Amino acid sequence: MRWLLALLLVLLPAGVGARSPRLVTDMSQSRIDISYRFSGAELLIFGAIQYPGGRLPARPPGIAVVLRGPAEALTVRHKDRVAGIWVNRQSLRFESVPGFYAAATTSPVESLLDERNAAIYEIGLQYLQLSPATAAAPETVGIFQDGLVQHRQRRGLFVDQPYGVQVTDNILYRARIPIPSAVPVGNYQVEIYLIDGGKVAARGTAPVIIDKSGFERSIYVFAHEYGLLYGVVAVLLAVAMGLLAGLAGRLRER
Amino acid sequence: MDLYLPIAEMSVNALVIVALGGIVGFLSGMFGVGGGFLTTPLLIFYGIPPAIAVASAATQVTGSSISGAISYYRRGQVDVKMGTVLIAGGMLGSVLGSMVFRWLQSLGQIDVVIALIYVLLLGSVGSLMLKEALGTVLRQRAGQVPQRGRRHHPLVAALPMRMRFPQSGVYLSPLAPFLVGAAVGVLTVVMGVGGGFIMVPAMLYLLGMSASVVVGTSLFQIVFVTAVATLLQAANTHSVDILLAGLLLVGGVVGAQMGVRAAQFLPPERLRLFLALLVLAVAVRLGVGLTLTPAEMFTIQLATG
Repeated sequence: MRWLLALLLVLLPAGVGARSPRLVTDMSQSRIDISYRFSGAELLIFGAIQYPGGRLPARPPGIAVVLRGPAEALTVRHKDRVAGIWVNRQSLRFESVPGFYAAATTSPVESLLDERNAAIYEIGLQYLQLSPATAAAPETVGIFQDGLVQHRQRRGLFVDQPYGVQVTDNILYRARIPIPSAVPVGNYQVEIYLIDGGKVAARGTAPVIIDKSGFERSIYVFAHEYGLLYGVVAVLLAVAMGLLAGLAGRLRER
Repeated sequence: MDLYLPIAEMSVNALVIVALGGIVGFLSGMFGVGGGFLTTPLLIFYGIPPAIAVASAATQVTGSSISGAISYYRRGQVDVKMGTVLIAGGMLGSVLGSMVFRWLQSLGQIDVVIALIYVLLLGSVGSLMLKEALGTVLRQRAGQVPQRGRRHHPLVAALPMRMRFPQSGVYLSPLAPFLVGAAVGVLTVVMGVGGGFIMVPAMLYLLGMSASVVVGTSLFQIVFVTAVATLLQAANTHSVDILLAGLLLVGGVVGAQMGVRAAQFLPPERLRLFLALLVLAVAVRLGVGLTLTPAEMFTIQLATG
């Protein structure tokens, strides 16, 4: 925290004279390595608000912190009972769903932003724009989107923290975003919004990389680039362990 | 002890997986089966994605079957000629199986189909085994000598190009074992099982092979076909998790040794009876699971996976 203050001292004069506030952001790590011991992580995102002329506002500012993973297309299926057993019946394809999405705000999104602005900036789980591909009825899309969001929430891949951002002295803010072990790898983006009077007054972004490292990465790359060779190694490993155990068993019998 | 699986892309408790492998290994050592039919459902139940559970369980079966296959071979209880025909069929079957697997995946029905095939196969094989084992036990109680039924199925005898398989003591068309091998090969890829629980009854009652070479030849075939299945899955779907298979094997090989020892204290017909009950229990559990209202009504499939 001490170096954050030093950073503030360096940056504050630059903000003097600007008309609109600015956001200064940093985080506990800009790269999350997935090693063999990885069982989830926590990303601390923090920073300060630079007000024009250094004047502090009378009321506490609204801050939203969003962490967003790479988007991909997926199909959501709904189970139905057919002849007594549950099978996948209806399905709906969404073209652009982030593999991970977390939104932390100082208070619930509805109290900060109107619906239109929340949807423009995609702040809050209910305002995600997932591009349902097929021409389905709006209420069907709604049901499937809710199903998708809840499915991801249960796995910790979609996170909603209505009071997840703490603001100190109306200047410093911080949020802790929990990241589960099943997080997809890729290029992530942190977005910080300063919200004032129902509008976004300032916006800052920073990249985060989540990637496998070391042994995990080598195995993953090996499996995907040299699939057949990887298979040969897997078979040889299985054969070697089987033979070793057989040998050990026979030695013990003697 | 948490361990991150690089292909399954999730963190698991390594000790739980090793213990799971150990329990399955114990049962497989005791009953002389590969145990894939237990591993795959248990892994899926634990939360491993089905495609990865199936592929990695096949790898594990290779390891858990090989030492058995070798010891049967040393005792001359492997019909290599018959085994080669079965393997050839198995290879064709596993290629077909990986096509079927991808087709079902694209339909979004893979999990339901896997569960259904399990229920049907385990249910029917389990009931047959139970009937046979109960019959043997009852006959022994009554002091009767077990009698041997007909050699092989009339349909099998009708196939052309018959040839001799002296070690198995049969004279039949190689098409019959080829087709049996192919059917089991499909199951290996789709369900992650070695298929011993199908193969052994098929060899006995369909092909009429002599009982002394049945288990050895079945293991011989399983080693090769599961190895081919691993290669196919590794090359096509990238769904073999070497770490997961390794953990299962660590538990499995140790458990198998203990199972073999435990089996020496139980008469074989009792063992078959317990195996039948175990197979039926898995079938009932999966069958009930299909009819219960699922906790999650929605499933998600990524376009890339």
